[in-house]
Amino acid sequence: MTKPIFQLKNIVKTVNEGTPEQLNILDNINLDIYSGDFITILGSNGAGKSTLFNTIGGNLKPNSGQVIYNGKDITRMSVVRRTEFLSRVFQDPKLGTAPRMTVAENLLLAEKRGKKHSLIPRNLKSQMNKFKKITAKMNNNLDERLETATGNLSGGQRQTLSFLMATINRPGILLLDEHTAALDPKTSEQLMNITENTINKEKLTCLMITHHLDDAIKYGNRLIVLHQGKISYDISGEEKKHLTKEKLLTFFNDIQ
Amino acid sequence: MSLIISAIGQGLLWAVIGVGLYLTFRILDFPDMTVEGTFPMGAATAVTAIAHGISPIIATILAFLVGCVAGLVTGLLYTKAKIPVLLAGILVMTASYSIDLRIMGKPNQSLLGMPTLLSSKFFQSLPPYFDSVALGFIVIVIVTTILVYFLQTDLGQAFIATGDNENMAESLGINTDNMKIMGVSVSNGLIALGGALVAQNNGYSDVNMGIGIIVVALASIIIGEVIFGELTMVQRLIAVTIGSIIYRLVLLLVLQLGFNATDLNLISSILLAIFMGLPALESKFHLKHVLKRGLKND
Repeated sequence: MTKPIFQLKNIVKTVNEGTPEQLNILDNINLDIYSGDFITILGSNGAGKSTLFNTIGGNLKPNSGQVIYNGKDITRMSVVRRTEFLSRVFQDPKLGTAPRMTVAENLLLAEKRGKKHSLIPRNLKSQMNKFKKITAKMNNNLDERLETATGNLSGGQRQTLSFLMATINRPGILLLDEHTAALDPKTSEQLMNITENTINKEKLTCLMITHHLDDAIKYGNRLIVLHQGKISYDISGEEKKHLTKEKLLTFFNDIQ
Repeated sequence: MSLIISAIGQGLLWAVIGVGLYLTFRILDFPDMTVEGTFPMGAATAVTAIAHGISPIIATILAFLVGCVAGLVTGLLYTKAKIPVLLAGILVMTASYSIDLRIMGKPNQSLLGMPTLLSSKFFQSLPPYFDSVALGFIVIVIVTTILVYFLQTDLGQAFIATGDNENMAESLGINTDNMKIMGVSVSNGLIALGGALVAQNNGYSDVNMGIGIIVVALASIIIGEVIFGELTMVQRLIAVTIGSIIYRLVLLLVLQLGFNATDLNLISSILLAIFMGLPALESKFHLKHVLKRGLKND
């Protein structure tokens, strides 16, 4: 059996500690993620999905438990250090890109994710061809707009760019936080296709939060349901392939 | 004519203050009040150093460094002690008043009979008022060139990204706290450098010379933006210098209209309020539409 690339061990995150509203947002979470896993995460509002991502990303420190990457304890590692191996796409297209910088400038920054920023010239010109090539694959005119300020792009283009930025340097683990939720159905589907292709081609390890049961069933090799801070459902492989929406809905009704 | 040359010289000397504030106000996107303290601090440092026999060039560099340190304090209070940036700036600004008095030992210090950057042979050989034009021009060209180079480096891009989208910058592994500290520090270094230049041009330094500096610096930035509109980063920096010169020419005009020099702070603030409010008022009252209709004459 191969070793997991990423592990959460007995993670507890408590809010409002010492008050009557004390609540374990994450309640003893244990999760082993293997290289190449594409895990879809479902859960109602307040189930702890965002807290889970923020714990993995380092924005929140758990009250107890360990976060392990490649056998190394990274529980106390800063957000900035974690970007050496971790990248994220947020739900809000505005969060993932710098609006006043051009598309190419954003990509250039993303290429240097987790690396040292020094006083050497940025060398944007020599990268333009490469950027043109990878944006052209997105089929949404992004390649025509490399010199455009990102703030002037459409939401779909902007979110596609966010996704490109997260994957331009192969991340050890990729977190997608409902990254298609703010888009219209057609654009959303396009981006989901791009997402799936990239993950399969690059054999990325990915966690994706979604509210769409269909997406959660259709994509990925593993599905997790978070409920009241616990992992209440976790299926993968053949079992996941045979999962239907009806089965999932029955499960959801049972835990309510 | 000499009044106009003098105004252009003033504009060039003060441009470095606008450029300094640009780093925080426009790139990092927060108002830094420290500048009201670092401007007289730079003046006090340079003038006192010169009075102690230090060469004007070294005295001016010293002023820049002292400004950097003051900015560093604001940056640390803001990022590490989590004090709101406006308050952090006001704290350092207030403290610097006492420090200026310590540096000079008295509320003001004259440079009468002492060497300054302007007393070198080259500047003395120029016609009247052209010396400050030349000095201001040399300094602003050096400063702008260095900044333009810096902003095109990896570090410079990380700096811009921090101000543009802090959340994204962090998720790409940019240490945003360090970027902010660096920006506030260099910004205040430039403001103090401006203070040192202005003091040497005026021939004295005074603890109260910092009042209204932020308005002057903002005026250069905003005038440049309103006049030139959409620009690249490099062009924007140059626009600040042009804005600074225009601001001085406007002040000259105001004085010619019969206002007192003591009215200038009021007038500067009104001018700035108009320029800053223009975009909002424009969309509210459809000014452009009205103006265009007026021009069409139909």
